[in-house]
Amino acid sequence: MEYLFDIFLISISAALINNFVLYYFVGICPFIGVSRQVSMAVGMGSAVTAVMTFAVFLSWTITTLILTPGAPLSAWVAGWFMSPEKARTIDLTIMTYIVYIFSIASAVQFVEMYVRRFYPPLYKSFGVFLPLITTNCAILFACLTVMSNVVGKANPAEAWDLGRSLALGFFGGVGFTIAIVIMAGIREELDLCDVPKPFQGAAITLIVGGILAMAFMGFNGVDTGIRSALGGL
Amino acid sequence: MNELPTPFERFVQGILPENPVYRQLLGLCPTLAVTNGLKPALTMAVAVGAVLLCANIMISLIRNLLKPHLRIVVFTLTIATFVTIVDRVLAAYMYQMSKTLGPYIPLIIVNCIIICRCEVCASRQGVVTAAADAVGQASGFALALTGIAAVRELLGTGMLAGFQVLPEAWPAWVIMVLPPGAFLTFGLLLALVNYISDHRSRKNA
Repeated sequence: MEYLFDIFLISISAALINNFVLYYFVGICPFIGVSRQVSMAVGMGSAVTAVMTFAVFLSWTITTLILTPGAPLSAWVAGWFMSPEKARTIDLTIMTYIVYIFSIASAVQFVEMYVRRFYPPLYKSFGVFLPLITTNCAILFACLTVMSNVVGKANPAEAWDLGRSLALGFFGGVGFTIAIVIMAGIREELDLCDVPKPFQGAAITLIVGGILAMAFMGFNGVDTGIRSALGGL
Repeated sequence: MNELPTPFERFVQGILPENPVYRQLLGLCPTLAVTNGLKPALTMAVAVGAVLLCANIMISLIRNLLKPHLRIVVFTLTIATFVTIVDRVLAAYMYQMSKTLGPYIPLIIVNCIIICRCEVCASRQGVVTAAADAVGQASGFALALTGIAAVRELLGTGMLAGFQVLPEAWPAWVIMVLPPGAFLTFGLLLALVNYISDHRSRKNA
């Protein structure tokens, strides 16, 4: 119960309270570039959600098994060359960024192949966005958030397990989709408006984004509210 | 094929005519995220500049070895290596600042400015041009970041880089240092830049 509640809080926080786009400013480029039509925004959002979940799965696995200090796989390999005590102190966290970039690139490739093979209509709708996603900072940001909750915990029990990480990855993507779809809806209406010339294009999008971010500030404290309403679980 | 720009042209272009933030709308993630104060914004600009300079020089040196279909991978790995170095240096000498910037330092890896400059300039031209281009683009980026940060910090707290500038009685506009303030400030500044450049080109015509 405790565990399910924890997952629920992580999901709400990733999707609404600390929305990736409107609170952390990651994934701004597609937010401004692709959010012209609702259908395109939905395609982009689902592509990002799929890739983010898969990339978080990869990076959690690699971090826990190989990169973090005292990880089982690296300690086992190092055990061939040195004493087991010394092998347990092996710290490969310096490799994190390079490994993450690689795993994101391969996650994109994998999702693309999978979708093209098994869901051709879906591939037609969001396949074009997939290569763009490699350089989408939201994905790397999700991986880094998972890393900061796995590496460097004094108490190993505090480190996130796979379920919590996947919840963050999936609902982070859902939050991105929510933000980009709302934005696309507003922009479709905006096309009919008479915007002053200097504001046309990105400037008005940013200002609308600012108002949207203010609206999302209304979710602040929802997590503590739920916690206290349920009697401090 | 057109004549490729000289080092000096590359340098000047980066600062205003092709300013990475205002004209090309690249690298918006740090532009919005770390500009709630002048100090983090400057540190971010220096970090991006250092990575950009190193990556541009490195790519320019190996440009004849690059295979076209592998070049993006090589760019990304080069950038990731330099970002790791910058991250460790920052954590060693400016620990508090590296805590403040948090995940936005590793996010330099996917900053489009650097990949774009590697693709446009460094993979085609010599070391001197690539370095000049990097310095120019980095100065343009720093200019944009400090501009936004100055407005936000001044209105949001009445201070500049931690020094009180406006009178104590200034009612701090807290919204400016919160996330929505970033969108609003950048949107308004972008409109201002558009207006000025429009005005100029009309006068010249």
